[in-house]
Amino acid sequence: MTISWLYIGIFLVVSLGLPAVAIILAGILAPKKPSLEKSMIYECGVETHGETWVQFKAQYYLIGLVFLIFDIETVFLYPWAVAFDRLGVFAVLEGLLFIGILAGGLVYAWKKGAFEWV
Amino acid sequence: MNFLSDPVTFIGNWLTGLVANLGIPKETASAWVTGVAVGILPLLAMLWVLVLIWYERKVIGRLQDRPGPNRVGPFGLIQPVADMLKIFIKEHILPAGIDRIPYNLAPILAVGGVLGMWIVVPFSATVHGVDINVGALYVIAVGAIGTLGIIFAGYSSNNKYALLAAFRVVAQLISYEIPMVLALLVPVLLARSMGMNSIVQAQPVWFILIAPLAALLFFISSIAEVGRSPFDLAEAESEIVAGFNTEYSGLKFGMFYVGEFLHAFTNSLIFTALFLGGWQGPGAEQFPILGFIYFFLKTVVVHFLGIAIRGSMPRFRIDQVMQLNWKLFTPIALAAFSSAALVEKLATNWADAARIGIHFLVNMIILGVVVLIGGRVFRARGIRLDALAQRNRAAVKFSMEKSHDS
Repeated sequence: MTISWLYIGIFLVVSLGLPAVAIILAGILAPKKPSLEKSMIYECGVETHGETWVQFKAQYYLIGLVFLIFDIETVFLYPWAVAFDRLGVFAVLEGLLFIGILAGGLVYAWKKGAFEWV
Repeated sequence: MNFLSDPVTFIGNWLTGLVANLGIPKETASAWVTGVAVGILPLLAMLWVLVLIWYERKVIGRLQDRPGPNRVGPFGLIQPVADMLKIFIKEHILPAGIDRIPYNLAPILAVGGVLGMWIVVPFSATVHGVDINVGALYVIAVGAIGTLGIIFAGYSSNNKYALLAAFRVVAQLISYEIPMVLALLVPVLLARSMGMNSIVQAQPVWFILIAPLAALLFFISSIAEVGRSPFDLAEAESEIVAGFNTEYSGLKFGMFYVGEFLHAFTNSLIFTALFLGGWQGPGAEQFPILGFIYFFLKTVVVHFLGIAIRGSMPRFRIDQVMQLNWKLFTPIALAAFSSAALVEKLATNWADAARIGIHFLVNMIILGVVVLIGGRVFRARGIRLDALAQRNRAAVKFSMEKSHDS
């Protein structure tokens, strides 16, 4: 069983290394003629205007927060689902109560407008 | 077991025999051969992408009443090869002021994250990369590395529009992971295991018949995860500014392109393994090659469905995308999973057919309630799934303020 993770490690190294090698190979094969016009940032053909790293809208942060909560909830539910046979009806209802509490959180975020505009 | 019924295992055993004849103990020889096979799998996947690109362009062409590529080679089969050769020798234009390390790392992560999913896919009864007992969770975890690649690309490009596009795309991708992960919980629940091979083996009756709602949610969420039409604000191909990969050229851009096609196919693979019974079919246990053929055919059908959706639907706006996810898909996913858990526990000792029937019935009830009653209630109260009501209120308020000032 542990050796499976070694294979996964080899696989991930190769699957990250394969595009890297391909890109390096293409970098060797390709022509390199940098010029001023080519390295200007693209803004539909005009000169760039203002700072690049613009202000971060707060809605993205709220979406990330709600995503985090639901993702952690789901990760907690996976072992519960796998051990389902050994649970009684009471444990199942407890799990459903857990989901219900977090669904209540979803309704709260909805009402407070966390899902508007992005 | 001979060559015809199970070629991959046959070749593996033959190679192990070869290596063992050199004096290495059999266990180590087997491990070495498996390691080499695991190392070759990414290369095979990348070569398979060429066929996928051809297939997609032909199908989209036919959907749009045109032939698709048909000049380069018979039926245009050499077209992707020509495209890849061209992209290989294009110049890597480096824009000014970029952040070097994320800029170069982004395409590698975008493709590497998708390739990483191939290791746990059970191709047939005897052929799979590794059979870990947390395969389903691993797929989600590794699939999220591509998202990281996208935000690297947008942030390091020194281009404010690429940055904004990357924000939007990442918000979409992380949002659609929630219904995907919740829908993924249903096969895990029904099979009582997270291992992909165990889920496939638990499907004498395909899970799409037991949990059609979860299957539908997983399918739609996986289309949104890849960033295909109708959810393709990321790099909407008919737009001028190409989103987060504006400042990429040459093979770095090619890697994003390849990564998108590969991700679409990989999602079809995962969907087939989870919901359509993977390699199950008549005779698949005895002749593993048949299992592989069944798996391949089912995946191609699902992939075709994804391409057909891409070629037929108009694009969604970003606010429609987000509200569809949080206000429609997540509640449905929670309801589908809760009902599956409840039915599964209360009907444990019923006959198989009765239990499956109850699961199907409850799914249809949830779908009916949402579509018919939920739709009517929402429309009656003026709640829309996009921001039109909010924008109308803001416009009315603005015009009222203007009339106050003047």
